[in-house]
Amino acid sequence: MNRYPIWKFVLIGTVFIIGLLYTIPNFFGESPAVQISPAKTSLKLDEGLLQKVESTLKLANIPFDGLFMDASGVKVRFANTDTQLLAKDKLVANLGKDYTVALNLVPQTPNWLQSIGAKPMYLGLDLRGGVHFLLQVDMKAALDKAAESTVGDFRMSLRKEKINYYGIERQGQVVVVKFESEAEATKARNLLAKDFSDLTYKISGSDKDFSLTASMSVMAQKRIQEFALKQNLQTLHNRINELGVAEPIVQQQGLDRIVVQLPGVQDTAKAKEILGRTATLEIRMVDEEKSDMATLQKAQTGQVPFGDELFADREGRPVLVKKNVVLTGDRITDAGPGVNGQNGASVVNVTLDGRGAGIFKNVTRENVGKRMAILLIEKGSTEVITAPVINEEIGGGRVQISGMTNAQEATDISLLLRAGALAAPMEIIEERTVGPSMGEENIRRGVHSTLWGFAAIAVMMIVYYLVFGGVSVMALGVNLLLLVAILSMLQATLTLPGLAAIALALGMAIDANVLINERIREELRNGNTPQASIHAGYDRAFDTILDSNVTTLIAGLALFMFGTGPIKGFAVVHVLGIMTSMFSAVLVSRALVNLLYGYRRKIEKLHIG
Amino acid sequence: MELFRIKKDIPFMSYGRLTTSISLITFVLAIFFLLHRGLNYGVDFTGGTVMEVHYPKAANIEQIRQVMDAVGLKDVTVQNFGSSQDVLIRLPVKKELSIAQLSEKISTALKGADAGAEVRRVESVGSQVGEELYENGALALLLVCAGIMGYLALRFEWRFAVAAIIANMHDVIIILGFFAFFQWEFNLTVLAAILAVLGYSVNESVVVFDRVRENFKKMRKATAVHVIDNAITRTMSRTIITHLMTQTMVCSMLFFGGETLHNFSLALTIGILFGIYSSVLVACPIAMWLGVNRANLIGDTEKKPKEDEAAVAP
Repeated sequence: MNRYPIWKFVLIGTVFIIGLLYTIPNFFGESPAVQISPAKTSLKLDEGLLQKVESTLKLANIPFDGLFMDASGVKVRFANTDTQLLAKDKLVANLGKDYTVALNLVPQTPNWLQSIGAKPMYLGLDLRGGVHFLLQVDMKAALDKAAESTVGDFRMSLRKEKINYYGIERQGQVVVVKFESEAEATKARNLLAKDFSDLTYKISGSDKDFSLTASMSVMAQKRIQEFALKQNLQTLHNRINELGVAEPIVQQQGLDRIVVQLPGVQDTAKAKEILGRTATLEIRMVDEEKSDMATLQKAQTGQVPFGDELFADREGRPVLVKKNVVLTGDRITDAGPGVNGQNGASVVNVTLDGRGAGIFKNVTRENVGKRMAILLIEKGSTEVITAPVINEEIGGGRVQISGMTNAQEATDISLLLRAGALAAPMEIIEERTVGPSMGEENIRRGVHSTLWGFAAIAVMMIVYYLVFGGVSVMALGVNLLLLVAILSMLQATLTLPGLAAIALALGMAIDANVLINERIREELRNGNTPQASIHAGYDRAFDTILDSNVTTLIAGLALFMFGTGPIKGFAVVHVLGIMTSMFSAVLVSRALVNLLYGYRRKIEKLHIG
Repeated sequence: MELFRIKKDIPFMSYGRLTTSISLITFVLAIFFLLHRGLNYGVDFTGGTVMEVHYPKAANIEQIRQVMDAVGLKDVTVQNFGSSQDVLIRLPVKKELSIAQLSEKISTALKGADAGAEVRRVESVGSQVGEELYENGALALLLVCAGIMGYLALRFEWRFAVAAIIANMHDVIIILGFFAFFQWEFNLTVLAAILAVLGYSVNESVVVFDRVRENFKKMRKATAVHVIDNAITRTMSRTIITHLMTQTMVCSMLFFGGETLHNFSLALTIGILFGIYSSVLVACPIAMWLGVNRANLIGDTEKKPKEDEAAVAP
């Protein structure tokens, strides 16, 4: 009765071997590496890059241990950090700005293990060192900005259809247009409702003062917020690529937050500067009618004409710019430095998206001969980068910005344009930095806790339950093995609380074996034969084990749902640990007991203490 | 080896009044300390900044305080942490300084005063993040309670569900009481420990309840009191051995786990110790007083409600 069918042994054996295979990579350690990935989406990750990297290193006579390509880029392994740094410098010099070259650590997993997808566990920031930021996106600002651009859109539509209005402004997130007659207001509403269907319109007023208010529907607001978040995520991605970090994480959290994790980054000041850079770009028209000397001088003393703003250009000369924004930086899809074919001057080539191209075409057609100002707004101060004269209508969304002093400036500005502007400002609301030595120490602490705890439990179990204690310890060992294997397979982030959860899972999993062993003893005491006692012990204990594990599972799932960061890490391991313990404590230990006792004819005594 | 060879059933239920009064007293004390002293929340909850700085030589705490004063930071606590070379600096949330600026300002100032200073860990949390944690923590606790009660009501009976939850919430309150009394820092990992304990000590109740149900089937003549006494006595050995094992693991974390896991293991230790007691000696009397009997557990309806009460009275 205490014999397992062959298939059960085969199943357990297979699971054990798979567990072993996926656990092994954790013992190989890591070697210093350099990771090369394209900085632009237009560049592909292909064999060409691989060969380029290889030839660069061979030319420079830098020895390397391995060279391969995966989804995130080309990776080169080195014997030590000195050659790693040397290689990085050489690669940066050779590949130029189109590629990001980042220092990295690559697991030394043998190829045959890598080919079955076996990797070491993915360590969280508290174990490998690095920075974690939580950024809050200012959604009110995003909505304000959307309303502001609606004002511009309205103006253009109304002017195109020659509808007379005498005022337009943004009040909070509502756009108000003033009319002298109700007929005009109605006409305007019909026109605008057709062009901008996601706004709700209302006409109010009397006599010669009618106003049309347009407010965003809840749906539209939601869409704008989602878009702002996406845009910010993308912008952060681009900016972080600039930093050259291997395996950065940029993720949405909740509706209006972004998590940024930069493993291995120690220079937090630089990281913060790049993340917190609030540069936004705007294109506006220069108010040519009022740009005479007298008005400019008056403006400098504070008397700025209505509807204009005064800024200084790079040489400090005053420029009067209209308040109305033609385009914002989020309409720019690409930007790169270039050279003007005719005069050889440095320029920036900008590509606009569809809507941006349309607006740009209209504006340039209507304003030939006038100047267009490109404004950079950074940390609350606005600067006119350049204010070129529009020579002709520019269609197709490809724009050349002249006025760069040299090639370096063209590169800088295009980087700024390409890395994009944020759709809404962001603020860092949480920062966690863990130094690399701290990370190593945390790993040591977690591993020591688990191993010493395990050893102590093993000794106590064997002393107390003899052979059955030994079986329990083996089952617990299998549990540990499977837990590590599953964590490696899933590549779930392992944190220090996660390591604690491994230890705790083992401490709790032993409960199942204690239950079984106690039950067998009890059956023996009641005068049952050894074989019957084993059978009854396992059978009766199973219900209890199941019930108690389900309640633990409920707690684990709640933790997973409401926890963030390290707590989530704890919850994942906790839940997985419960599942593996069901397998090992019941199936594996039973198989071992069956092997030991199940095939004997006569058992004098069970060695259960 | 066998430590608990108990021949006769121990009449646990007759101590019911005593054990529940002890519980009640500790419970009231815990509530008192919680209200009177309150929890010493970590930065996770309150917001603020904690920095761990390592010095090559023993750190000069006084000098660090002066540096903080010099850069105009008030309400700074500086203390040794683990060893004389490690220093922990704490600051409350500063309205006029953003998180990004604050940690930069401190590390620059510290490095200016002593070039050997190495910032090993920074945790800066804005106040809005902390507020959400309260909500999420409370929600998680509620969800765990509801989930466990639902499961126990389904698998056993609502009386057991109520008894188990009361017993285990009592553990949670006592853990919190300890944290309030000693003013240990209450952070996210402690919260995780508490929820884990909640799941874990319900195990205890489940094991005993399981036995109670089994006994009701087997011991058809026995009263509810006898049945419960027998169930507790029979499972006592297992209860103690299991807790000993889990506690061994937790002690290992307490000794080797360093500062981060210290309070986590403390919470678990208290939870485990009180868990043994409450899941057996609090949950069972409550279940009994709620009127658990053979009829409502196994579903045979021979008994009438009046007889229940007779059987239940200790």
